Amino acid sequence: MHYSFDIERGNFTDAGHASASVKRTLKQLNVEPASIKRIVVALYEAEINAVAHAYGGKIDVEIDPEKIVMIVADEGPGIPNVDLAMTEGWSTASPKVREMGFGAGMGLPNIKKNTDELKIDTKIGVGTTLTMTVYLNA
Amino acid sequence: MNSSRFVLYLYDKNQIDNPTIMKIKEIAKLLDGRILGCQDNFEMEFHKAFSSDLMSDVLKVSFDDTLLITGLCNNQTMRTADMADVSVVIIGRDKRADEEMLELAEDSGITIIESPYSLFKISGILFSVGIMPLY
Ligand SMILES: Nc1ncnc2c1ncn2[C@@H]1O[C@H](COP(=O)(O)OP(=O)(O)OP(=O)(O)O)[C@@H](O)[C@H]1O
Ligand SMILES: [Mg+2]
Repeated sequence: MHYSFDIERGNFTDAGHASASVKRTLKQLNVEPASIKRIVVALYEAEINAVAHAYGGKIDVEIDPEKIVMIVADEGPGIPNVDLAMTEGWSTASPKVREMGFGAGMGLPNIKKNTDELKIDTKIGVGTTLTMTVYLNA
Repeated sequence: MNSSRFVLYLYDKNQIDNPTIMKIKEIAKLLDGRILGCQDNFEMEFHKAFSSDLMSDVLKVSFDDTLLITGLCNNQTMRTADMADVSVVIIGRDKRADEEMLELAEDSGITIIESPYSLFKISGILFSVGIMPLY
């Protein structure tokens, strides 16, 4: 099964709608609650990052019986130093983003922790694509 | 200050074996709170609470029988609570959830308790009646 969602530029009000929708679908598919939480936390953090640090983008989710693959591709500044960005507590979040409750520098580490595979492709001045895989019934 | 008193309290074996268990209406009463959002959680029992304004912090922990206390009052509070499997969000500092938040809360089965108290006071009250911290 394939699902696509748009992430609107600068739209903090709507951020998270894709994750909420995927959560509902996984519940209907009777996926284990612990796996659902890992999946939607990772997707939500990525969705927020695409709004907070980039100019929106697109989400593609592919659900198979054995795994779920989530691709979050944004148009944005890219990540100059991925190792640094992966460090707990490191954040360049703007005051506006902090006001919304983000900017702890925990999003990418959370994503890493909650996924079985994480690939980050990023190009300065172009954008960032996260490919996240979680195996089901593992 | 005798900080060991707190340590004794936290790790009081009797407390761990017989945790305080509270339901939404009792909690709201203690916090002078208003109950909004999903009205289906009234029989749920809570014995732990976690307080944060940082959403990634919230997404890091597990919320079994656990209340979320926050001063953050926007759509992302509700989205984060949904993703983190939070059933009850206590919003402090006399903030008001708007229509959109209430809709999100109802859609995702989340009950909101609005309290006029500061987060420190809310946490202190719940702690003093035996609601446990996550860590
Ligand atoms: N999609 C992205 N485009 C550009 N930069 C990004 C992107 N995602 C993350 N970053 C950079 O990496 C940093 C760390 O990201 P991370 O998600 O871990 O923390 P945060 O978003 O700053 O705060 P939190 O996720 O805890 O709310 C960000 O502050 C930002 O500088
Ligand atoms: Mg983030």
